[in-house]
Amino acid sequence: MEAAAAMDHHDQHESTGIDHRKLGMWVFLSSEFLFFGALITNYLLYQGQPGFARPYPAEIYDIPFTSFSSFALLMSSLTMVLAHNALARHDQHATRTWLLATAMLGSVFLGGQVFEFTEFVTVGGMKLTTNPAASAFYLLTGFHGFHVLLGVLMLLTLYGISRRQGELSEASGLNLELVGLYWHFVDIIWIVIFTVVYLLAGVPAGVG
Amino acid sequence: MTATAERRPATTIFRRPRSTTGFWAWITTADHKKIGIMYGYASFVFFLVGGLEALLLRIQLSSADNTFLTAAEYNAAFTMHGTTMVFLFVMPISAAFINYLLPLMIGARDVAFPRMNALSWWIFLFAGIFLYSVLIFSDPAAPAGVEGVSGNLDPADNTVLGGMPDGGWFGYQPNAGPFYSPGTAMDYWALGVQFLGLASLISSVNFIVTIFNMRALGMRLLRMPVFVWMSLVVALLLLFSLPIIAIALFMVTFDRQFGSLFFVAEAGGDPILWQHLFWLFGHPEVYILILPAMGIVSEVLPVFSKKPLFGYAAVVFAGAAIAFLGFGVWAHHMFASGISPVAQAAFGLSTMTIAVPTGVKIFNWMGTMWGGRLKFTTPMLFAIGFVAMFVIGGLSGVTHAVVPSDWQQTDTYYIVAHFHYVLFGGSVFGIFAGLYYWFPKMTGRLLNERLGKLNFWTMFTGFNLTFAPMHWLGLQGMVRRTAYYPPEAGFDFWNLVATVGSFIIAAGVLIFMFNWWRSKKHGDPSGIDPWDARTVEWTTPNPTPEYNFGVAPTVTSLDDFWYKKYEEDSEGRPVRRPEAEETLTDMMETGTNPPHPIHLPAPSYYPILLAAGIPLVGWGIIYHTSLVGKLLILIGVLVVASASFGWSMEPLEEPHDEHDHSESSGDGYSLPEVDA
Repeated sequence: MEAAAAMDHHDQHESTGIDHRKLGMWVFLSSEFLFFGALITNYLLYQGQPGFARPYPAEIYDIPFTSFSSFALLMSSLTMVLAHNALARHDQHATRTWLLATAMLGSVFLGGQVFEFTEFVTVGGMKLTTNPAASAFYLLTGFHGFHVLLGVLMLLTLYGISRRQGELSEASGLNLELVGLYWHFVDIIWIVIFTVVYLLAGVPAGVG
Repeated sequence: MTATAERRPATTIFRRPRSTTGFWAWITTADHKKIGIMYGYASFVFFLVGGLEALLLRIQLSSADNTFLTAAEYNAAFTMHGTTMVFLFVMPISAAFINYLLPLMIGARDVAFPRMNALSWWIFLFAGIFLYSVLIFSDPAAPAGVEGVSGNLDPADNTVLGGMPDGGWFGYQPNAGPFYSPGTAMDYWALGVQFLGLASLISSVNFIVTIFNMRALGMRLLRMPVFVWMSLVVALLLLFSLPIIAIALFMVTFDRQFGSLFFVAEAGGDPILWQHLFWLFGHPEVYILILPAMGIVSEVLPVFSKKPLFGYAAVVFAGAAIAFLGFGVWAHHMFASGISPVAQAAFGLSTMTIAVPTGVKIFNWMGTMWGGRLKFTTPMLFAIGFVAMFVIGGLSGVTHAVVPSDWQQTDTYYIVAHFHYVLFGGSVFGIFAGLYYWFPKMTGRLLNERLGKLNFWTMFTGFNLTFAPMHWLGLQGMVRRTAYYPPEAGFDFWNLVATVGSFIIAAGVLIFMFNWWRSKKHGDPSGIDPWDARTVEWTTPNPTPEYNFGVAPTVTSLDDFWYKKYEEDSEGRPVRRPEAEETLTDMMETGTNPPHPIHLPAPSYYPILLAAGIPLVGWGIIYHTSLVGKLLILIGVLVVASASFGWSMEPLEEPHDEHDHSESSGDGYSLPEVDA
């Protein structure tokens, strides 16, 4: 009866049974796939074109190093799930720990990217302005890094709220789920980028 | 409920705004109707600006070798005419309709994310202002370009008008790149369109969630009005096409500002890639422009034919099919760019295919009118005008699918004629039908019918005088995008006719503005159901109360409102129910005096604050080499970040004591609370 009254009160219901914000996040992420799809396509178009100024990105990749930072990012998805699971068990302390761990792993990845870019520019001699493949590489991985950075900021915000309020309320629990969705998306995209752009990348015949 | 009350006060930057009327109420509103109205007025202002640019173009072309505009001014005027009409008029006025009507049509109180809705609107407005700020900030001393290559060499071209973006609304590379378009104008274009895209993307997420999640009880997907369906299709098109243009525009900005080489042919960059990315967005974009108008017409025609829409499901699925196929036809804009014969054949075929669902719609609209009791009101005239003109534009469009024929038409006035028949004869006529039809929803009054008919016939005549001659001018070989044509070409007469026609259109628009201004105060009161309408938005009083519906509606069929008023006799003809008047009186009563208190999303400062940071970043990027530019970026990012923070700390609704409705709940936003 109470529930029915409240219902009438707000006329709020979800026709699909999914919370607005969660549905909104899914819809937004579907758009993000096209965003990264266009970026990856650009890179694939340019990576194999002969005749560019050297070096091509694939000539200077440090696959072992990038594998390590990729591993950190992959593990952050695990800690994200653990944070979500801890909140479902109402274990506030564990939730905070895993949130912080996720943010830390994300930061390790970001630090790795900063190091990688620096190495590429100073040692490898590949700048944004070197050739179109380099431009495409930096735009793609740079935008991915920007997404990771936003994710880390959101995770730290959740951590801060949790510290300040002593717990994550039910509403914040949904926020954690939304950040989780976003975080897994960024992670999945990186799996594609690492596979397609790093591991399967080639240089045109006659180069290297 | 006490737990809520004892929660620690959240950290805030601003207190919750309290104004419910006047300037600050509009600035801070999260009400979809107010946002829709602001969208409408702003986009109409841009319509006038874009129209003014069109008139400048037509004056220049009224005679051979005319010197009214310089070449640079002409380039700038056609670029900004296209950009303005597409991004600052048709898209936002569609957003105005969707904003205002979507929640009403599905029986909701607001959209799913009211503050994000306000954010979309403010980003749109600031992006429009940012784009036109090029008039103030563009640097007349910019590098003059490349001797013998760039058109901007004549010192007389360094005018304010000529300083606007001049690379076309399509921004083809490398023409719009750093080498051939030096200066800042095309940076304003690239970033301005980028920001407008951001606004549209946020809107599209919002509308999709609203449609999927906030339908009234009983409103299944296939009971939604066609306008809602078309809004959904448009939102999906935006969702999947905007990220592509966003990337393409980022590439342009990086090329121009940071020296990347995406489109620099000398370094191996591929200018054709720009065309692919642009049209992969740009072709869905033309359906983004036309589908809302198709939705409007699908609402107007049945009402004034006194018949249900013929083949409702076919119209809906044809709309969805257009959207789906719309992603597979983009290269028909590029037949002359040297793409492979296989690609040409494939895109020619897919372009012909897309005519099929469009044809389905045309036949459905004719079937709707066939045998109906037609009432030729102004909205009906505009709707019929839409169908007729769209058929002409659609047929000339199919001729582009034939590749050899398209090679002849490319870059001639035939193309200009074609897309104005679908965008002006189509979109704009549909929009005007909607403005006349739903004006009472907004104001509680009717637009004057006599002026309305004058408005229609003036615009209809002017439109055909302007754009029909362009078909034959184009087939005679008159090329687009040039400021001059030689006297011996023999283009004078039809160009003069077109120019005269464009001024007749302008007269039509003036009549409309006069009608609007006058009817807002002195129009006939509309009552609750002025058109004998069919859909749920007319079950609540006019003008729409702030809370939309006194009681959330329940829907049992398509055209639910109609079946509350009419039943069928033994031969299937509609007969007005004896209790129809009583039903309407009841609706008026519950709409005016809601039996239960209603909570609405509270106003907020943060959407406008967040949006204000975005153009700051834009200016900062353009001038990033200077200290001022760097500071602007910093300030912009800080504004966005602090607004986001304040936003996330501010609840959507004011906390209120759930079951105590004694007057106002203190700090809360309590205007629409009305007790039983």
